[in-house]
Order: sequence, then structure tokens, then C-alpha cells
Amino acid sequence: MLTKRIIPCLDVRNRLVTKGVRFQNNVDLGDPIEMAVAYSDNGCDELVFYDITASAERRPIDIEMVAEVGKVVHIPFAVGGGIRDLDDMYRVLLAGAEKVSVNSLAVDNPDIIAEGSRQFGAQCIVLGMDPVKADERRFPSGYEITTRGFRERTGMDALGWAKRAEDLGVGEIVVNSVDADGTREGFELELTRLIATNVGIPVVASGGAGTPQHLVDVFIKAHADAAIVASMTHMGDYTIGQIKDELASAGVPVRKKW
Amino acid sequence: MIAIVDYKAGNLTSVRLALEHLGVEAMVTQNPAEILTAERVIFPGVGAAGQAMADIHALGLIEPLKQVVAHGTPFLGICLGTQIIFEHSEEDAGTTCIGIIPGTVKRFTPSDPLCKIPQIGWNTVRFARPHPLFAGIENDSEFYFVHSFYPAPSDADYIAGTTEYAGVQFASAVGRANLFATQFHPERSGRIGLRVLQNFSEWDGTC
Repeated sequence: MLTKRIIPCLDVRNRLVTKGVRFQNNVDLGDPIEMAVAYSDNGCDELVFYDITASAERRPIDIEMVAEVGKVVHIPFAVGGGIRDLDDMYRVLLAGAEKVSVNSLAVDNPDIIAEGSRQFGAQCIVLGMDPVKADERRFPSGYEITTRGFRERTGMDALGWAKRAEDLGVGEIVVNSVDADGTREGFELELTRLIATNVGIPVVASGGAGTPQHLVDVFIKAHADAAIVASMTHMGDYTIGQIKDELASAGVPVRKKW
Repeated sequence: MIAIVDYKAGNLTSVRLALEHLGVEAMVTQNPAEILTAERVIFPGVGAAGQAMADIHALGLIEPLKQVVAHGTPFLGICLGTQIIFEHSEEDAGTTCIGIIPGTVKRFTPSDPLCKIPQIGWNTVRFARPHPLFAGIENDSEFYFVHSFYPAPSDADYIAGTTEYAGVQFASAVGRANLFATQFHPERSGRIGLRVLQNFSEWDGTC
């Protein structure tokens, strides 16, 4: 049976993993390579790295870091932040990443999804989206897409964008609730369920994981295919093994041998 | 020396890095002479069957690939590399493939709308029989999969392992004699996947 994936997310700034609340007040936590190896050894199913300052500093993604990760991590990993065009995607994949994640770039230029998917395969292209609660009279799903780390509103409906991205050829969608990010108060289940039950591709829930029960809920109630964790495991409050034990006892299929 | 066949489709880096990690010598090549004389051959791939077959035609690799398998060279197919050594794939409105293994490659057609395509993630592989490439690995271990199509060999003797998804039990590992091929990605399957590659690097092609 296909298992539900647990994906630690490493936000990287100046070669250090960092974590904030709602994209602010970041604290530095450690070396990304060491953390990636530890997570992989401890049974995470996949990893994602975001170069969180690349876009703001108008520089390309830190490709050397991607290559270092590729040498020591032999599970799938995705990379995002600072992707500007197809050449950047190619360099990230060539350095050993399994997937490349686009967010603001795809909003600015949706064709990049179709082009990337055609050139590298749909499974390589992940759409990250940052929806916030919005007026239902203007946004049928009740959520509006934001970009550039919540700083800019786009006027785009979250579900509409998810469906369009699926048509354009993304392999999966990471739904990151800006309202829940870093709060450790649980995933935004309504939002996740809305997207997960209305597209035919896998949906990864992101933002708000604080306890193993939050993951049980997002898998069982919201039908997510995978879930992102950060604060709850970065700080050592829970191990991946503990989360998987609780998921298994709640009847959620997880990978048990690694 | 292992030859990793490069036909432009897909990302060979992870295969190369996994072998480097194991201390196994490998070269990435699209040169037929190097493929024909290699001790072992890995035929990887991600992407779409139509484009992959067009590239393999253009590079003149069809006959060399058939020959290395026929000559007894240990041969490992991975993901798209596995699919296109079948006779035919349903992908890209139907693609004629290399035809080393009898059978076709079919598209998943789930009846449950919550069953997502592609299958992305870790799924269990049940061994159909013991095989040197599964040495040291527990039955029903999980491996990493990313695919929308699955191999359907017409000769059940080829089935080395099976996996369930979208209402079908499909052949996630196939093999006969010196040929072994997986739908999953051993190079992305952590310690257990590395063990498959290690086993392959030591395999003499008999089973």
C-alpha cells in the first residue's frame, strides 16, 4: 500500500536552517547538510529545502548546497527558492534534486510549469502555493493566493490556481497555509481538504504541524498525500519515528523500515 | 566498471551519486562501444516514453542494448528504463518500445478519485521469488516510486516482485537470467535501495 509521506522542510538562510512564525522572527537551527542526513537516517520519507533569501537578494539558488545534499542524501528531495527559469530548474535537477519547487515564479509566468513539465517530466515540477483566507464573495474557495512570502496578494483564487496548475502539468502541489505557518496549532484542514479532493495529483499539506495528532487529522480528515513538518521536529520535540508510530496506530499507512 | 546509459531523458545524477557513495566505479555514457564492453549496465530514466524512444533511436542505442542483454551482461533497468525495454507502452498515444521483455506498459486508471496519479511515494514490494538483487532485504520493504504507467509482462515468469496501487497488483520488479528491472527507484530508496545497487554491483548475472 502506498504510504503517507512525512517531509521535513528546511528553510535555509546563509547556509543555516532557520524557522520563523508566519515567515517572521526567524531563529537559526543548524547546518542543513547535517540535519538532512539525520532526518534521512531517522526515517523521513523525503526532504524539501527552500533557499528563503535567494529571491529577495536577487541571486540564483545556492547550487553548491544542493550538490552537497545530493552526495549524502539518497532519498528524494525537492528544492525551491530563487528559481528564475528553465536553466535554473535544470541546474538543480542536475545537482541531484528529485524535484524543483516553484511558487512566485509560476504565478508571474504560468507557462514555466508547462515548459518544465515537458522538458523534465511532470514528476519533477512541484507547485508551492501560499493561500490566505479571503472574502468568499470575491474568492469562491475562500482563499486567495499570495506570493513573495505573503507580502503580495495576487487576486487569484486558491482552488482555481491549483486546477490550472494541474492542467499545465505540475506533478504535485504543496499547499502552505500562511495563517498556520509556524504556529504549531495544526494544519488548516478545510483548505487542505478543498485542494486535495479537487485535483487528481498528490497534495502536500504544509504549515501548522505541532503534534502527531495534527498529521493524523490532515491525512484522515483532509486527505493529504504527504505532510510537511518543521518546528515540531527541528527543535527535537518529536522524532519522525514517534510521529510514524502514532500515525500507524491511528490506521494511517507509513513506511516503517529504513 | 558500470555503464550508466545516458539518453538525455531523465536525471542520471542520483544514480551516479548513489554508486559513488557505495564506492562503485561507474561512467555515464551514450557511446555504444562503451556500453557493449561494460561489465554491467544500468538503464535508468525519468520522463516520457515517446521522447525517450526517439532519443534512443537517434543515438543508435537499440541494438547495443539488445546485445548486452543477449550476451549475459548484468543489466539493471530503472523506472522509465524498465518500461521502455517492454514491447509497447500506452504512453504518448502508444509508443513502440525496445522489446526485450514481452508485454506492455499500461496507464493506471483508478476508480477512486482520491487515488492520485502519478503514484508518488513509498510502497511495499512483495518478492515473487528470492533473487540475488534482493539479498539482505526483508520481504515487503518499501521503495520509492514515481510513475503513472506500470509494467505488465505477458510472461508471468518475468515477475520478480509485485506492488499494489490504483486497484492493480503490478510487476514492480521483473527479471530473467542477467536482466533485472524495477519500476521503483533504488537510488532514491535510502539504505534499502542502496543495498539493491550494492547487490547489483557484485552480481554475476546468474540467479
